[in-house]
Amino acid sequence: MIEYASRYGYKLEEALIRHLEIVGLTLLISIAVASAVTLIVMRSDRAARITIRIFGAVYAIPSLALFALLIPVTGLGMDTAILVLVVYNQFLLIRNFIAGLDSVDPLVIEAATGMGMTRRGILAKIRLPLAFPVMLAGIHLSVISTIGIATIAAVIDAGGIGTILFDGLRTQSVVKIAWGALLAAGLAIAANLILIAIERAVSKKYHYGTAADDETEAFS
Amino acid sequence: MAEILRFEDVAKRFPGADYNAVDHVDLSVDDGEFVAILGTSGSGKTTLLKLVNRLYEPDSGRIYLRGEDISAQDPVQLRRGIGYVIQQIGLFPHMTVKSNIATVPRILKWDADRTDARVDELLRLVGLDPEEYRDRFPAQLSGGQQQRVGLARALAVDPVVMLLDEPFGAIDAINRSALQDELLAIHRESRKTYLFVTHDIAEAFKLGTRVLIMHDGKVVQYDTPDVIKSAPAGAFVEELIGSAV
Repeated sequence: MIEYASRYGYKLEEALIRHLEIVGLTLLISIAVASAVTLIVMRSDRAARITIRIFGAVYAIPSLALFALLIPVTGLGMDTAILVLVVYNQFLLIRNFIAGLDSVDPLVIEAATGMGMTRRGILAKIRLPLAFPVMLAGIHLSVISTIGIATIAAVIDAGGIGTILFDGLRTQSVVKIAWGALLAAGLAIAANLILIAIERAVSKKYHYGTAADDETEAFS
Repeated sequence: MAEILRFEDVAKRFPGADYNAVDHVDLSVDDGEFVAILGTSGSGKTTLLKLVNRLYEPDSGRIYLRGEDISAQDPVQLRRGIGYVIQQIGLFPHMTVKSNIATVPRILKWDADRTDARVDELLRLVGLDPEEYRDRFPAQLSGGQQQRVGLARALAVDPVVMLLDEPFGAIDAINRSALQDELLAIHRESRKTYLFVTHDIAEAFKLGTRVLIMHDGKVVQYDTPDVIKSAPAGAFVEELIGSAV
């Protein structure tokens, strides 16, 4: 394994960088799209429910099938892969964005309205900050899910860690399979640890004197 | 005294209901009055209050604040001139006491020094030491302290009218009595107009310069506590007063 890495290290590096590129772009676009969709549908409970249900149905489509389905439309390559991944993410993101915004106590919103805050002001200053931890949980899920599904994107020539895995499968090279699996799993685990650390930091900042785990600070 | 608030034949029916929550109410409130709105649950007292800051819109009739029809005003602007306190308080849990109280001053772009000075002044007014409480979060306060902050927040920009919807309803008897006394003192000093909804007869008679008794969406009596006690208008009011003794 070490030998393979020393000889073909550039291949592993290339695959990893490509994978990160796909995941990064997917996340940027996904979050932008999900935010826009959330802003549009959040005014109506019914619209929000229907939107989540539609993306939930799409999410249930096996990724390989969705990739294949899109090849005649958008062709092979990274663009198609990112498109599919963005569509998948919408379910995880929109569901959590709306759940977060809806979790804000209606009486807090009534008080804010009664004080003369605008709808936009309430969204920016009250609902978004209070919803942020729940929204972040959605982003966390979508990062992990994207890292995983992106390996399958190798079958449509998008590159990434999946290339090494599928190469290994085709040539029955245990070393390649092992490296591919190691990179994919390692990346997911590393991302998970980083996100957990971020969520901890956020929930600490956002405990507002309520968390029982930090009483000394809360009452100082 | 000058009239500050007038209801003209105001009716409000909620979608799906077959009765009027507020049933053709005419009402006049003078500047500086403390009107205690008394009624059982479902009498329409909270609805009446929320019509004033346009959280509800009437189906018919008109409401005038300082002589101006409120339906012609921008509701957001209207509300910034009206203090609003609710039983559940509705403090913003992610903001400190100071930021909560400073909400409307900041919207109105007061400078920082003026805002800070006002926050401290208000905290002292409601009986909380600014040094100790300014930087706390709502979760670090007792229920009574939270409601004091809610009151301070509503008073922040010196509103023309204060609307209070059972503000002390969830507070224990001892703190409640203290808060009532302080509210009376604040009202006496500010000379603003207060509309205070309650279902507690003793509270209404203690606080109100006039008490407005509502039943089934209608005003059954609107007079000073003394007159209501000595000359109750009809069987409902008689029974209501009787039940408190």
